[in-house]
Amino acid sequence: MLLIECPWCGERAETEFSYGGEAGIARPADPDALTDAEWADYLFNRSNPRGAHRELWNHAQGCRRWFGVERDTVTYRISGSYRLSGGAHGGGD
Amino acid sequence: MKKYSAFSLVRHALSHNRKWREAWRSPDPKREYDVIIVGGGGHGLATAYYLAKEHGIRNVAVLEKGWIGGGNTGRNTTIVRSNYLWTEASLLYEHSMKLWEGLSQDLNYNVMFSQRGVYNLGHTLQDMRDIERRVNANRLNGIDAEVVNAEQIGKAIPFINTSPDARYPILGASLQRRAGVARHDAVAWGFARAADALGVDIIEQCEVTGIVRDNGRVSGVETTRGTLRAPKVGVVVAGNASVLATMAGLRLPVESHPLQAFVSEPLKPVLDTVVMSNAVHGYISQSDKGELVIGAGIDAYNGYGQRGSFHTTEHTMQAIIELFPVFSRVRMLRQWGGIVDVCPDACPIISKTPVGGLYFHCGWGTGGFKATPGSGWVFAHTIAQDRPHELNAPFDLERFTTGALIDEHGAAAVAH
Repeated sequence: MLLIECPWCGERAETEFSYGGEAGIARPADPDALTDAEWADYLFNRSNPRGAHRELWNHAQGCRRWFGVERDTVTYRISGSYRLSGGAHGGGD
Repeated sequence: MKKYSAFSLVRHALSHNRKWREAWRSPDPKREYDVIIVGGGGHGLATAYYLAKEHGIRNVAVLEKGWIGGGNTGRNTTIVRSNYLWTEASLLYEHSMKLWEGLSQDLNYNVMFSQRGVYNLGHTLQDMRDIERRVNANRLNGIDAEVVNAEQIGKAIPFINTSPDARYPILGASLQRRAGVARHDAVAWGFARAADALGVDIIEQCEVTGIVRDNGRVSGVETTRGTLRAPKVGVVVAGNASVLATMAGLRLPVESHPLQAFVSEPLKPVLDTVVMSNAVHGYISQSDKGELVIGAGIDAYNGYGQRGSFHTTEHTMQAIIELFPVFSRVRMLRQWGGIVDVCPDACPIISKTPVGGLYFHCGWGTGGFKATPGSGWVFAHTIAQDRPHELNAPFDLERFTTGALIDEHGAAAVAH
Protein backbone atom coordinates (compact mmCIF):
# COMPACT_ATOMS: atom_id res chain seq x y z
CA MET A 1 0.00 0.00 0.00
CA LEU A 2 1.26 3.44 -0.86
CA LEU A 3 1.88 6.11 1.74
CA ILE A 4 0.72 9.30 0.04
CA GLU A 5 1.32 12.80 1.27
CA CYS A 6 -1.71 15.07 0.91
CA PRO A 7 -0.37 18.65 0.65
CA TRP A 8 -3.01 19.74 3.18
CA CYS A 9 -3.39 16.75 5.55
CA GLY A 10 0.02 15.10 5.48
CA GLU A 11 0.91 11.44 4.98
CA ARG A 12 -2.02 9.04 4.84
CA ALA A 13 -2.66 5.48 3.66
CA GLU A 14 -3.55 4.87 0.03
CA THR A 15 -7.05 3.68 0.98
CA GLU A 16 -8.02 7.27 1.85
CA PHE A 17 -7.37 8.40 -1.72
CA SER A 18 -8.80 7.84 -5.13
CA TYR A 19 -6.70 7.89 -8.27
CA GLY A 20 -7.21 10.40 -11.05
CA GLY A 21 -4.74 9.30 -13.72
CA GLU A 22 -2.13 11.26 -15.62
CA ALA A 23 -1.75 14.93 -14.62
CA GLY A 24 -1.16 17.90 -16.88
CA ILE A 25 -3.75 17.10 -19.55
CA ALA A 26 -5.45 20.42 -20.17
CA ARG A 27 -8.88 20.40 -21.78
CA PRO A 28 -8.54 22.10 -25.19
CA ALA A 29 -9.85 25.65 -25.07
CA ASP A 30 -11.83 25.29 -28.29
CA PRO A 31 -12.81 21.62 -28.91
CA ASP A 32 -14.74 22.53 -32.06
CA ALA A 33 -11.50 23.65 -33.69
CA LEU A 34 -9.86 20.22 -33.27
CA THR A 35 -9.75 17.36 -35.73
CA ASP A 36 -11.23 14.03 -34.59
CA ALA A 37 -7.68 12.69 -34.18
CA GLU A 38 -6.65 15.61 -31.95
CA TRP A 39 -9.80 15.22 -29.87
CA ALA A 40 -9.18 11.46 -29.56
CA ASP A 41 -5.62 12.16 -28.46
CA TYR A 42 -6.89 14.44 -25.67
CA LEU A 43 -9.66 12.08 -24.68
CA PHE A 44 -8.00 8.66 -24.80
CA ASN A 45 -4.26 8.64 -25.46
CA ARG A 46 -1.98 8.59 -22.43
CA SER A 47 1.79 8.63 -22.07
CA ASN A 48 1.69 5.67 -19.63
CA PRO A 49 5.45 5.86 -18.97
CA ARG A 50 7.62 3.25 -17.37
CA GLY A 51 9.31 5.42 -14.74
CA ALA A 52 8.55 8.94 -13.49
CA HIS A 53 4.84 9.77 -13.71
CA ARG A 54 2.97 12.92 -12.68
CA GLU A 55 -0.50 11.92 -11.64
CA LEU A 56 -3.61 13.18 -9.87
CA TRP A 57 -4.92 11.93 -6.57
CA ASN A 58 -8.00 12.98 -4.63
CA HIS A 59 -8.07 12.83 -0.84
CA ALA A 60 -11.54 11.28 -1.06
CA GLN A 61 -11.81 10.27 2.60
CA GLY A 62 -10.07 13.36 3.94
CA CYS A 63 -10.13 16.94 2.74
CA ARG A 64 -11.56 15.84 -0.66
CA ARG A 65 -9.11 18.03 -2.55
CA TRP A 66 -7.23 17.12 -5.73
CA PHE A 67 -3.46 17.36 -5.85
CA GLY A 68 -0.54 16.15 -7.89
CA VAL A 69 1.94 13.39 -7.07
CA GLU A 70 5.16 12.45 -8.79
CA ARG A 71 5.63 8.70 -8.52
CA ASP A 72 7.83 6.11 -10.20
CA THR A 73 5.62 3.51 -11.89
CA VAL A 74 8.22 0.75 -11.51
CA THR A 75 9.50 1.21 -7.96
CA TYR A 76 6.27 2.97 -6.83
CA ARG A 77 8.48 5.43 -4.90
CA ILE A 78 6.81 8.81 -4.47
CA SER A 79 9.19 11.73 -4.91
CA GLY A 80 6.75 14.47 -3.95
CA SER A 81 3.26 15.90 -3.80
CA TYR A 82 2.22 19.32 -5.01
CA ARG A 83 -0.80 21.58 -4.90
CA LEU A 84 -2.46 22.40 -8.19
CA SER A 85 -2.89 25.84 -9.58
CA GLY A 86 -5.25 26.71 -12.39
CA GLY A 87 -7.47 23.63 -12.10
CA ALA A 88 -6.84 19.94 -11.70
CA HIS A 89 -4.67 19.68 -14.82
CA GLY A 90 -2.98 23.04 -14.43
CA GLY A 91 0.37 21.74 -13.20
CA GLY A 92 2.26 22.51 -10.02
CA ASP A 93 2.71 25.83 -8.31
CA MET B 1 8.91 -32.48 -34.34
CA LYS B 2 8.47 -35.86 -32.73
CA LYS B 3 4.76 -36.46 -32.19
CA TYR B 4 3.65 -36.94 -28.61
CA SER B 5 1.42 -40.00 -28.11
CA ALA B 6 0.66 -42.79 -25.66
CA PHE B 7 3.14 -44.87 -27.64
CA SER B 8 5.90 -42.26 -27.20
CA LEU B 9 5.24 -42.25 -23.46
CA VAL B 10 5.78 -45.99 -23.29
CA ARG B 11 8.83 -45.89 -25.54
CA HIS B 12 10.48 -43.15 -23.46
CA ALA B 13 9.57 -44.92 -20.25
CA LEU B 14 11.55 -47.94 -21.49
CA SER B 15 14.61 -45.71 -21.95
CA HIS B 16 14.06 -44.22 -18.47
CA ASN B 17 12.85 -40.92 -19.94
CA ARG B 18 16.42 -39.94 -20.81
CA LYS B 19 15.84 -39.34 -24.52
CA TRP B 20 13.10 -36.70 -24.60
CA ARG B 21 14.03 -33.95 -27.02
CA GLU B 22 13.70 -30.27 -26.20
CA ALA B 23 10.22 -28.95 -27.07
CA TRP B 24 11.63 -26.14 -29.20
CA ARG B 25 15.07 -25.09 -30.47
CA SER B 26 17.06 -22.15 -29.10
CA PRO B 27 18.44 -20.70 -32.32
CA ASP B 28 20.67 -17.66 -32.67
CA PRO B 29 18.73 -14.87 -34.36
CA LYS B 30 19.13 -14.55 -38.12
CA ARG B 31 19.79 -11.04 -39.45
CA GLU B 32 16.61 -10.93 -41.50
CA TYR B 33 13.08 -12.26 -41.19
CA ASP B 34 9.81 -11.88 -43.09
CA VAL B 35 7.96 -11.11 -39.87
CA ILE B 36 9.20 -10.34 -36.36
CA ILE B 37 6.83 -10.82 -33.46
CA VAL B 38 7.85 -8.86 -30.36
CA GLY B 39 6.68 -10.68 -27.25
CA GLY B 40 6.72 -14.43 -26.61
CA GLY B 41 3.55 -14.71 -24.57
CA GLY B 42 0.60 -16.84 -25.59
CA HIS B 43 -0.78 -14.27 -28.03
CA GLY B 44 2.58 -13.71 -29.73
CA LEU B 45 3.33 -17.41 -30.03
CA ALA B 46 -0.17 -18.09 -31.35
CA THR B 47 0.32 -15.33 -33.92
CA ALA B 48 3.58 -16.92 -35.10
CA TYR B 49 1.99 -20.37 -35.21
CA TYR B 50 -0.96 -19.24 -37.34
CA LEU B 51 1.31 -17.15 -39.59
CA ALA B 52 3.19 -20.34 -40.38
CA LYS B 53 0.21 -22.68 -40.45
CA GLU B 54 -2.53 -20.61 -42.12
CA HIS B 55 -0.49 -18.21 -44.25
CA GLY B 56 2.67 -20.18 -45.06
CA ILE B 57 4.93 -17.45 -43.63
CA ARG B 58 7.61 -19.45 -41.84
CA ASN B 59 10.58 -17.11 -41.79
CA VAL B 60 9.34 -15.66 -38.52
CA ALA B 61 11.07 -14.75 -35.25
CA VAL B 62 9.39 -14.42 -31.87
CA LEU B 63 11.50 -12.22 -29.58
CA GLU B 64 11.01 -12.67 -25.85
CA LYS B 65 12.90 -10.59 -23.31
CA GLY B 66 12.47 -13.20 -20.55
CA TRP B 67 11.59 -16.82 -21.07
CA ILE B 68 8.58 -18.58 -22.59
CA GLY B 69 5.78 -18.88 -20.05
CA GLY B 70 7.41 -16.41 -17.65
CA GLY B 71 5.02 -13.52 -18.12
CA ASN B 72 1.28 -13.02 -17.88
CA THR B 73 0.59 -16.18 -19.89
CA GLY B 74 1.94 -18.27 -17.03
CA ARG B 75 0.45 -16.06 -14.31
CA ASN B 76 -3.26 -15.71 -14.90
CA THR B 77 -6.42 -17.33 -13.62
CA THR B 78 -6.86 -19.31 -16.87
CA ILE B 79 -10.57 -18.71 -17.38
CA VAL B 80 -11.88 -19.27 -20.90
CA ARG B 81 -15.37 -18.06 -21.86
CA SER B 82 -17.08 -16.25 -24.72
CA ASN B 83 -20.21 -14.80 -23.11
CA TYR B 84 -19.55 -11.15 -23.95
CA LEU B 85 -22.43 -8.76 -24.51
CA TRP B 86 -21.62 -6.95 -27.74
CA THR B 87 -21.62 -8.75 -31.05
CA GLU B 88 -18.10 -7.61 -32.02
CA ALA B 89 -16.61 -8.96 -28.79
CA SER B 90 -18.66 -12.12 -28.57
CA LEU B 91 -17.81 -13.17 -32.13
CA LEU B 92 -14.08 -12.67 -31.48
CA TYR B 93 -14.14 -14.63 -28.22
CA GLU B 94 -16.39 -17.32 -29.68
CA HIS B 95 -13.97 -17.78 -32.57
CA SER B 96 -11.33 -18.34 -29.94
CA MET B 97 -13.57 -20.77 -28.05
CA LYS B 98 -13.97 -22.90 -31.18
CA LEU B 99 -10.19 -23.01 -31.60
CA TRP B 100 -9.78 -23.98 -27.92
CA GLU B 101 -12.13 -26.92 -28.48
CA GLY B 102 -9.67 -28.52 -30.91
CA LEU B 103 -6.44 -26.99 -29.68
CA SER B 104 -4.83 -29.97 -27.92
CA GLN B 105 -5.21 -32.10 -31.07
CA ASP B 106 -4.13 -29.27 -33.35
CA LEU B 107 -0.95 -28.56 -31.38
CA ASN B 108 -0.33 -32.20 -30.41
CA TYR B 109 0.07 -30.85 -26.89
CA ASN B 110 -2.35 -31.31 -24.02
CA VAL B 111 -3.43 -27.81 -22.99
CA MET B 112 -5.81 -29.39 -20.46
CA PHE B 113 -8.77 -27.40 -21.73
CA SER B 114 -11.56 -28.30 -19.34
CA GLN B 115 -15.08 -27.14 -20.21
CA ARG B 116 -16.32 -27.19 -16.65
CA GLY B 117 -18.66 -24.21 -17.02
CA VAL B 118 -18.49 -20.65 -15.80
CA TYR B 119 -21.09 -19.06 -13.53
CA ASN B 120 -21.36 -15.25 -13.52
CA LEU B 121 -23.32 -14.44 -10.39
CA GLY B 122 -25.98 -11.77 -9.99
CA HIS B 123 -26.61 -10.20 -6.59
CA THR B 124 -29.18 -7.52 -7.33
CA LEU B 125 -32.27 -7.21 -9.50
CA GLN B 126 -30.33 -5.04 -11.92
CA ASP B 127 -27.57 -7.67 -12.08
CA MET B 128 -30.22 -10.23 -13.03
CA ARG B 129 -31.71 -7.98 -15.71
CA ASP B 130 -28.23 -7.46 -17.18
CA ILE B 131 -27.59 -11.20 -17.03
CA GLU B 132 -30.84 -11.99 -18.87
CA ARG B 133 -30.02 -9.40 -21.50
CA ARG B 134 -26.52 -10.79 -21.98
CA VAL B 135 -27.72 -14.40 -22.12
CA ASN B 136 -30.24 -13.44 -24.81
CA ALA B 137 -27.56 -11.54 -26.73
CA ASN B 138 -25.23 -14.57 -26.50
CA ARG B 139 -27.90 -16.96 -27.79
CA LEU B 140 -28.68 -14.67 -30.72
CA ASN B 141 -24.97 -14.88 -31.59
CA GLY B 142 -25.00 -18.68 -31.39
CA ILE B 143 -23.18 -18.84 -28.06
CA ASP B 144 -24.45 -21.22 -25.40
CA ALA B 145 -25.76 -19.43 -22.35
CA GLU B 146 -28.49 -19.93 -19.80
CA VAL B 147 -29.89 -18.24 -16.73
CA VAL B 148 -29.94 -20.25 -13.51
CA ASN B 149 -31.52 -19.36 -10.17
CA ALA B 150 -30.08 -19.45 -6.65
CA GLU B 151 -31.54 -22.87 -5.90
CA GLN B 152 -29.91 -24.40 -8.98
CA ILE B 153 -26.61 -22.75 -8.03
CA GLY B 154 -26.81 -24.14 -4.50
CA LYS B 155 -27.34 -27.66 -5.86
CA ALA B 156 -24.59 -27.43 -8.47
CA ILE B 157 -21.92 -25.78 -6.31
CA PRO B 158 -21.47 -27.19 -2.81
CA PHE B 159 -20.37 -24.71 -0.14
CA ILE B 160 -21.38 -21.57 -2.03
CA ASN B 161 -23.38 -19.29 0.23
CA THR B 162 -26.83 -18.91 -1.34
CA SER B 163 -28.46 -17.78 1.90
CA PRO B 164 -30.85 -14.86 1.38
CA ASP B 165 -29.35 -13.38 4.55
CA ALA B 166 -25.93 -12.85 2.97
CA ARG B 167 -24.66 -9.29 2.74
CA TYR B 168 -24.82 -9.60 -1.05
CA PRO B 169 -27.33 -12.43 -1.59
CA ILE B 170 -26.92 -14.54 -4.73
CA LEU B 171 -30.09 -14.22 -6.81
CA GLY B 172 -28.98 -16.19 -9.84
CA ALA B 173 -26.31 -16.41 -12.50
CA SER B 174 -25.56 -16.81 -16.14
CA LEU B 175 -24.01 -20.16 -16.98
CA GLN B 176 -21.92 -20.92 -20.02
CA ARG B 177 -21.36 -24.67 -19.97
CA ARG B 178 -18.77 -24.69 -22.77
CA ALA B 179 -16.63 -22.24 -20.82
CA GLY B 180 -13.93 -23.40 -18.41
CA VAL B 181 -10.22 -23.30 -17.80
CA ALA B 182 -7.00 -24.39 -19.53
CA ARG B 183 -3.47 -25.02 -18.33
CA HIS B 184 -1.78 -21.69 -19.03
CA ASP B 185 1.85 -22.87 -19.19
CA ALA B 186 0.85 -25.68 -21.52
CA VAL B 187 -0.74 -23.14 -23.86
CA ALA B 188 2.53 -21.21 -24.11
CA TRP B 189 4.64 -24.35 -24.44
CA GLY B 190 2.26 -26.00 -26.90
CA PHE B 191 2.17 -22.98 -29.22
CA ALA B 192 5.96 -22.54 -28.91
CA ARG B 193 6.61 -26.17 -29.82
CA ALA B 194 4.14 -26.21 -32.70
CA ALA B 195 5.39 -22.88 -34.11
CA ASP B 196 9.00 -24.06 -33.82
CA ALA B 197 8.14 -27.23 -35.71
CA LEU B 198 6.88 -25.09 -38.60
CA GLY B 199 10.20 -23.20 -38.73
CA VAL B 200 9.55 -20.23 -36.44
CA ASP B 201 12.63 -19.08 -34.47
CA ILE B 202 11.79 -18.53 -30.81
CA ILE B 203 14.48 -16.32 -29.34
CA GLU B 204 14.43 -15.96 -25.58
CA GLN B 205 16.47 -13.48 -23.51
CA CYS B 206 16.24 -10.98 -26.36
CA GLU B 207 14.83 -7.59 -25.45
CA VAL B 208 13.73 -5.11 -28.09
CA THR B 209 15.26 -1.68 -27.44
CA GLY B 210 14.23 0.19 -30.57
CA ILE B 211 12.02 0.04 -33.65
CA VAL B 212 13.86 0.91 -36.85
CA ARG B 213 11.91 2.95 -39.40
CA ASP B 214 12.64 4.25 -42.91
CA ASN B 215 10.31 6.73 -44.63
CA GLY B 216 7.36 5.96 -42.39
CA ARG B 217 7.78 2.20 -42.70
CA VAL B 218 9.19 -0.24 -40.23
CA SER B 219 12.38 -2.00 -41.33
CA GLY B 220 13.45 -3.90 -38.26
CA VAL B 221 14.10 -3.85 -34.53
CA GLU B 222 17.10 -3.15 -32.36
CA THR B 223 17.57 -5.77 -29.69
CA THR B 224 20.00 -6.75 -26.97
CA ARG B 225 21.21 -9.37 -29.48
CA GLY B 226 21.78 -6.98 -32.36
CA THR B 227 19.66 -5.34 -35.05
CA LEU B 228 17.24 -7.66 -36.84
CA ARG B 229 15.62 -6.62 -40.09
CA ALA B 230 12.07 -7.37 -41.22
CA PRO B 231 9.48 -5.61 -43.41
CA LYS B 232 6.75 -6.45 -40.91
CA VAL B 233 6.81 -6.25 -37.12
CA GLY B 234 3.94 -7.29 -34.84
CA VAL B 235 4.08 -6.01 -31.26
CA VAL B 236 2.35 -8.21 -28.67
CA VAL B 237 3.75 -7.11 -25.33
CA ALA B 238 0.72 -6.61 -23.05
CA GLY B 239 1.66 -4.27 -20.18
CA ASN B 240 4.63 -2.79 -22.04
CA ALA B 241 2.63 -1.75 -25.12
CA SER B 242 3.06 1.97 -24.42
CA VAL B 243 6.82 1.53 -24.01
CA LEU B 244 7.10 -0.08 -27.45
CA ALA B 245 4.68 2.45 -28.97
CA THR B 246 6.91 5.28 -27.75
CA MET B 247 9.86 3.67 -29.57
CA ALA B 248 7.85 3.99 -32.79
CA GLY B 249 6.66 7.54 -32.06
CA LEU B 250 3.08 6.45 -31.38
CA ARG B 251 0.70 7.15 -28.52
CA LEU B 252 -1.80 4.54 -27.39
CA PRO B 253 -5.07 4.76 -25.45
CA VAL B 254 -3.88 2.23 -22.88
CA GLU B 255 -2.75 2.43 -19.28
CA SER B 256 -0.80 -0.26 -17.47
CA HIS B 257 -1.97 -1.54 -14.11
CA PRO B 258 -0.97 -4.37 -11.79
CA LEU B 259 -3.51 -7.21 -11.63
CA GLN B 260 -3.09 -9.55 -8.72
CA ALA B 261 -3.85 -13.24 -8.62
CA PHE B 262 -3.55 -15.87 -5.92
CA VAL B 263 -3.10 -19.60 -5.55
CA SER B 264 -3.96 -21.41 -2.34
CA GLU B 265 -2.47 -24.48 -0.74
CA PRO B 266 -3.75 -27.64 -2.50
CA LEU B 267 -7.08 -28.99 -1.26
CA LYS B 268 -9.16 -32.07 -1.99
CA PRO B 269 -11.60 -31.50 -4.86
CA VAL B 270 -14.12 -28.94 -3.64
CA LEU B 271 -15.06 -26.76 -6.64
CA ASP B 272 -15.60 -28.33 -10.07
CA THR B 273 -16.59 -25.21 -11.98
CA VAL B 274 -15.64 -21.54 -12.27
CA VAL B 275 -17.46 -18.89 -10.22
CA MET B 276 -17.22 -15.20 -10.99
CA SER B 277 -18.97 -12.29 -9.37
CA ASN B 278 -19.01 -8.78 -10.69
CA ALA B 279 -20.75 -7.28 -7.67
CA VAL B 280 -18.48 -8.59 -4.90
CA HIS B 281 -15.69 -8.63 -7.50
CA GLY B 282 -13.81 -11.89 -7.38
CA TYR B 283 -13.43 -15.08 -9.34
CA ILE B 284 -12.35 -18.55 -8.33
CA SER B 285 -11.75 -22.02 -9.68
CA GLN B 286 -9.79 -25.06 -8.56
CA SER B 287 -6.82 -26.33 -10.52
CA ASP B 288 -6.25 -30.01 -11.21
CA LYS B 289 -3.50 -29.91 -8.58
CA GLY B 290 -6.14 -28.87 -6.04
CA GLU B 291 -5.14 -25.25 -5.58
CA LEU B 292 -7.80 -22.58 -5.51
CA VAL B 293 -6.99 -20.05 -8.23
CA ILE B 294 -8.29 -16.62 -7.30
CA GLY B 295 -8.39 -13.22 -8.94
CA ALA B 296 -10.16 -9.90 -8.72
CA GLY B 297 -9.66 -6.33 -9.90
CA ILE B 298 -6.69 -4.21 -10.83
CA ASP B 299 -4.85 -1.80 -8.60
CA ALA B 300 -6.15 1.68 -9.41
CA TYR B 301 -2.83 3.36 -10.17
CA ASN B 302 -0.61 3.05 -13.22
CA GLY B 303 2.13 0.58 -12.44
CA TYR B 304 4.81 -1.56 -14.03
CA GLY B 305 6.12 -3.05 -10.77
CA GLN B 306 4.89 -6.63 -10.77
CA ARG B 307 3.12 -6.45 -7.44
CA GLY B 308 0.04 -4.73 -6.04
CA SER B 309 -1.24 -3.08 -2.90
CA PHE B 310 -2.27 -5.03 0.16
CA HIS B 311 -5.74 -3.51 0.34
CA THR B 312 -6.47 -4.95 -3.11
CA THR B 313 -5.37 -8.35 -1.81
CA GLU B 314 -7.67 -7.90 1.17
CA HIS B 315 -10.59 -6.90 -1.05
CA THR B 316 -10.11 -10.02 -3.18
CA MET B 317 -10.17 -12.29 -0.15
CA GLN B 318 -13.26 -10.56 1.23
CA ALA B 319 -15.06 -11.25 -2.03
CA ILE B 320 -14.13 -14.93 -2.06
CA ILE B 321 -15.07 -15.44 1.59
CA GLU B 322 -18.38 -13.68 0.97
CA LEU B 323 -19.14 -16.28 -1.70
CA PHE B 324 -17.51 -19.27 0.01
CA PRO B 325 -17.35 -18.79 3.81
CA VAL B 326 -15.85 -22.31 4.03
CA PHE B 327 -12.61 -21.03 2.44
CA SER B 328 -11.93 -18.56 5.26
CA ARG B 329 -9.19 -20.74 6.77
CA VAL B 330 -7.52 -21.71 3.51
CA ARG B 331 -3.99 -20.34 3.29
CA MET B 332 -2.62 -18.69 0.18
CA LEU B 333 0.51 -20.23 -1.29
CA ARG B 334 1.47 -17.64 -3.91
CA GLN B 335 0.51 -14.12 -4.93
CA TRP B 336 1.69 -12.18 -7.93
CA GLY B 337 0.90 -9.06 -9.91
CA GLY B 338 0.94 -9.12 -13.69
CA ILE B 339 0.94 -5.90 -15.67
CA VAL B 340 -2.16 -5.49 -17.81
CA ASP B 341 -2.75 -2.78 -20.39
CA VAL B 342 -6.27 -1.48 -20.09
CA CYS B 343 -8.20 0.27 -22.88
CA PRO B 344 -10.89 2.86 -22.21
CA ASP B 345 -13.57 0.47 -23.54
CA ALA B 346 -12.08 -2.72 -22.02
CA CYS B 347 -11.62 -4.18 -25.48
CA PRO B 348 -8.36 -5.01 -27.23
CA ILE B 349 -6.56 -3.27 -30.06
CA ILE B 350 -5.62 -5.63 -32.92
CA SER B 351 -4.62 -3.21 -35.56
CA LYS B 352 -2.42 -1.71 -38.21
CA THR B 353 -0.74 1.53 -37.15
CA PRO B 354 0.19 4.79 -38.90
CA VAL B 355 3.68 3.25 -39.36
CA GLY B 356 3.66 0.97 -42.41
CA GLY B 357 4.38 -2.68 -41.62
CA LEU B 358 4.01 -2.12 -37.88
CA TYR B 359 1.10 -3.85 -36.19
CA PHE B 360 -0.04 -3.59 -32.59
CA HIS B 361 -1.87 -6.15 -30.55
CA CYS B 362 -2.57 -4.87 -27.06
CA GLY B 363 -5.15 -3.54 -24.64
CA TRP B 364 -6.49 -6.93 -23.54
CA GLY B 365 -6.64 -5.63 -20.01
CA THR B 366 -7.55 -8.26 -17.47
CA GLY B 367 -9.06 -10.84 -19.80
CA GLY B 368 -6.70 -11.79 -22.60
CA PHE B 369 -5.93 -15.41 -21.82
CA LYS B 370 -9.29 -16.72 -23.04
CA ALA B 371 -8.67 -15.16 -26.44
CA THR B 372 -5.16 -16.58 -26.97
CA PRO B 373 -5.80 -18.83 -30.00
CA GLY B 374 -8.39 -16.60 -31.67
CA SER B 375 -6.42 -13.41 -31.17
CA GLY B 376 -3.30 -14.99 -32.64
CA TRP B 377 -5.38 -16.24 -35.55
CA VAL B 378 -6.79 -12.81 -36.45
CA PHE B 379 -3.50 -11.01 -35.81
CA ALA B 380 -1.69 -13.45 -38.12
CA HIS B 381 -4.30 -12.65 -40.78
CA THR B 382 -3.86 -8.90 -40.21
CA ILE B 383 -0.08 -9.14 -40.61
CA ALA B 384 -0.08 -11.58 -43.54
CA GLN B 385 -2.73 -9.73 -45.58
CA ASP B 386 -1.88 -6.22 -44.32
CA ARG B 387 -5.57 -5.73 -43.51
CA PRO B 388 -7.70 -6.89 -40.60
CA HIS B 389 -9.92 -9.95 -40.72
CA GLU B 390 -13.61 -9.06 -40.38
CA LEU B 391 -13.51 -10.45 -36.83
CA ASN B 392 -10.89 -7.92 -35.68
CA ALA B 393 -11.77 -4.99 -37.96
CA PRO B 394 -13.92 -3.42 -35.19
CA PHE B 395 -10.89 -3.60 -32.87
CA ASP B 396 -8.88 -1.16 -34.95
CA LEU B 397 -6.93 1.67 -33.36
CA GLU B 398 -9.09 4.02 -35.45
CA ARG B 399 -12.13 3.35 -33.29
CA PHE B 400 -10.87 5.87 -30.76
CA THR B 401 -10.98 8.55 -33.43
CA THR B 402 -14.30 7.54 -35.00
CA GLY B 403 -15.88 6.98 -31.59
CA ALA B 404 -17.04 3.45 -32.44
CA LEU B 405 -15.97 2.03 -29.08
CA ILE B 406 -17.04 -1.45 -28.00
CA ASP B 407 -18.08 -0.79 -24.47
CA GLU B 408 -17.52 -4.03 -22.63
CA HIS B 409 -16.81 -2.36 -19.29
CA GLY B 410 -19.21 -3.97 -16.88
CA ALA B 411 -21.21 -5.40 -19.74
CA ALA B 412 -18.79 -8.26 -20.20
CA ALA B 413 -20.13 -10.29 -17.31
CA VAL B 414 -17.33 -9.39 -14.99
CA ALA B 415 -14.74 -7.44 -13.60
CA HIS B 416 -12.32 -5.50 -15.68
